[in-house]
Amino acid sequence: MEQNLFKIVRHPISVEDVTNQVSRRDAGAITLFIGTVREFTKEKRTLSLEYQAYESMAVKMLSQIGEEIKHKWPDTWVAITHRIGKLEITDIAVVIAVSSPHRKNAYQANEYAIERIKQIVPIWKKEFWEDGTMWVGDQLETTEYAKGKPSKGE
Amino acid sequence: MITVLFFAGIKEEMGLDQLIVEKDNITVLQLKQYFESEYPSLSFNQCMTAINETFVTDEEIIKDQDTVAFIPPVSGG
Repeated sequence: MEQNLFKIVRHPISVEDVTNQVSRRDAGAITLFIGTVREFTKEKRTLSLEYQAYESMAVKMLSQIGEEIKHKWPDTWVAITHRIGKLEITDIAVVIAVSSPHRKNAYQANEYAIERIKQIVPIWKKEFWEDGTMWVGDQLETTEYAKGKPSKGE
Repeated sequence: MITVLFFAGIKEEMGLDQLIVEKDNITVLQLKQYFESEYPSLSFNQCMTAINETFVTDEEIIKDQDTVAFIPPVSGG
């Protein structure tokens, strides 16, 4: 297995490289999630984005998500690469690849990964609009954690 | 002595990404209150906290040499 399955990078992400990290002879399916920079959110036009991370902790949290997935879907392999820095419209911000012997687990684990990223991985997005900028939070609208910290997952 | 890290909106508000603070044996809540009184424009509303890269609650005690990070709502992906 390749090293560094969970990475924060500052350069464009190669979808093929992330895919290859989970490729194996006993997999019958690989699912890919490719998160890209969207131009319009409702009426608002995004010109570009800047992602910032608490890098060491972000890698640790991505690895934790990997552990959670291993626990829930033991026959999967997971690789996640997230890009930070300045990104343009249509650029790839994140790639999640999951392989499994049968497709169902790969689909489920992949969706779980992106949902968890939006909860616990310390990465922030700054939107640049025609009329200003803002650090975006609250994408899941679940930022009010009862205990002041996110749940552990499973 | 503890190291405090700032990110995203808090980092911009502070104008710096980290600060050494001569405090320890205080809770996360007490540290937040200290910053809110020193820097009235700051708000830790909805902000999570990590000590040494692990999420903690407001009751957690901060020890000497710890690295505390204030984590605003995340928006990766």
